[in-house]
Amino acid sequence: MMGKTWSKPEQWLRPGLKIVGKWHQNEYVLKRKLGQGAIGTVYLCEMNGQLVALKMSEKNTSMTMEVNVLKSLEKARDHCLGPSLLDVDDWQPPHGPVLSFYVMEYIQGEPLRTFLQRNGTDWLGVFMLQLLDDLDKLHEAGWVCGDLKLENLLVTNTPPRIRWIDVGGTTKIGRAIKEYTEFYDRGYWGMGSRKAEPSYDLFAFAMVCIGLFYASTFERGKQQPEVLIRRRLHRVQTLRPFEACIMKAITGKYRSAKQMHQDISHVLQQMKAKKRDSSSSDAFLMEGAGMLLLAGGYYLLSLFIP
Amino acid sequence: MKKGTLKQILLITDGCSNKGEDPAATAALAREQGITVNVIGILEDDHSEEPDGLMEVENIALSGGGVSQLVYQQALSQTVQMVTKQAMTQTLQGFVNLELQQILGSDQTMEDLAPDKRGEIMEVVEDMGETCDLEVLVLVDTSASMHDKLPTVKEALIDLSISLNARIGRNRFCMLQFPGKRRDAEKILDWSPKFDAVSNSFPKLMSGGVTPTGPAIREAMHQFGRKSLLRSFGRNDGQDLEQA
Ligand SMILES: Nc1ncnc2c1ncn2[C@@H]1O[C@H](COP(=O)(O)OP(=O)(O)OP(=O)(O)O)[C@@H](O)[C@H]1O
Repeated sequence: MMGKTWSKPEQWLRPGLKIVGKWHQNEYVLKRKLGQGAIGTVYLCEMNGQLVALKMSEKNTSMTMEVNVLKSLEKARDHCLGPSLLDVDDWQPPHGPVLSFYVMEYIQGEPLRTFLQRNGTDWLGVFMLQLLDDLDKLHEAGWVCGDLKLENLLVTNTPPRIRWIDVGGTTKIGRAIKEYTEFYDRGYWGMGSRKAEPSYDLFAFAMVCIGLFYASTFERGKQQPEVLIRRRLHRVQTLRPFEACIMKAITGKYRSAKQMHQDISHVLQQMKAKKRDSSSSDAFLMEGAGMLLLAGGYYLLSLFIP
Repeated sequence: MKKGTLKQILLITDGCSNKGEDPAATAALAREQGITVNVIGILEDDHSEEPDGLMEVENIALSGGGVSQLVYQQALSQTVQMVTKQAMTQTLQGFVNLELQQILGSDQTMEDLAPDKRGEIMEVVEDMGETCDLEVLVLVDTSASMHDKLPTVKEALIDLSISLNARIGRNRFCMLQFPGKRRDAEKILDWSPKFDAVSNSFPKLMSGGVTPTGPAIREAMHQFGRKSLLRSFGRNDGQDLEQA
């Protein structure tokens, strides 16, 4: 039953199509497809001149579960994790069964990896802190992100802010993680349970940091997982300053995202201090060179002007 | 909060049955007794289209009230979990739907409710899925063609128990292989809360071409014990849902 796709309704879902909700009568004009997930398809739509993301599916059970998560997140809205929820409704296509849809904030962003490639890894520290801050708020509200992974992280612009777009895995603390991706899952690596607790997200967070620097994710092997991950981490020059923090997250030593936030910001402060030292020594060098140049100039001048 | 035990048979096979009763009929019988039958059909890596033999997979799950999925070896772990969880939700939802019909009238289902109400009901279903006890009987096809797939099956099952054991509710697993040495199906792991135990005694392959799927499902049904067969948590009654 899961194998069947809803390819038939798909043919109705073309740009320009008007989708009118069965219960709330809101009107959405479809612009283009944004992407497809396991549960449904997400479309970019326009509603009263505003761009929104609309997710449509025939799996109304799974959709309802996602909506429930989005609603709970609304209640703890001072974090930036997850898009905000705008509408929930059903749509009757010209033929076939009724489809469920929900409408959320359209998050227009760039994948984290390409952003860092274009703007430099200086931003990495900033995003780590932003994400840990959001995770901490989410945990405080009683939820765990679950399926935290690179593909679900976007950077929105002005000012750059990291955002997370897939709420499908969000799980109440204390329950079994709903959805995960092996590479980011501590259960897969044999380094902890699949119980929803802050340390579960922090493991995934650490794997996001490492995964950023590998073109494709790596798998478990004969080596002890902790050793394997440590080696992979150690190979990444950019992550050297954070190595200790990341390993603490991998081995489940952090009880909260706040603790990790503190450690990371401490590292960043130290890095800044170092940079300041080195840049002031640079300035010193420049000054020295300037003096030499000046002196040389005078010398030359003195040769020509008798 | 309501608490009950869900009973599932998870059949993992790569081919068509060729001995004994029609497996779909046996699955229908299991369903009558409150046991859901889920089926995972493993595809050969070089099969681009679905082979006929695996048509049976969907039929068994349909009459067994469960979920079926065809899958390549690599995706087995994820699929085993998805199928198990979906089947749980499906069963629980079926039960909730029944209750709803009693309240709202006979032809009302979830889809007829406004999204808000649906949300509240799904929350109840999710709570039940998290807290209910679960019994999964894994029925593994160990006929010769499964040879290179068994290590993956083992990994997938250990992974399944990691996922399910993160739930609040309790789990029990049991495993049969078919064909067995002397009988159509033989027990490899008796009811136990973890699957790790199976690591050492994982099934040996049986040579020969028999795949007695139907008789194996019947044998599996008996593993759930008489008491539970009579007082089943099925689509017809919710007696087993005790107030806890
Ligand atoms: N609010 C949003 N704003 C912008 N783009 C979005 C938004 N939500 C989803 N998308 C896009 O649509 C794609 C599909 O999203 P969706 O959440 O359905 O599935 P997924 O994250 O790919 O996987 P799964 O369904 O398995 O969780 C995403 O990869 C993303 O590119």
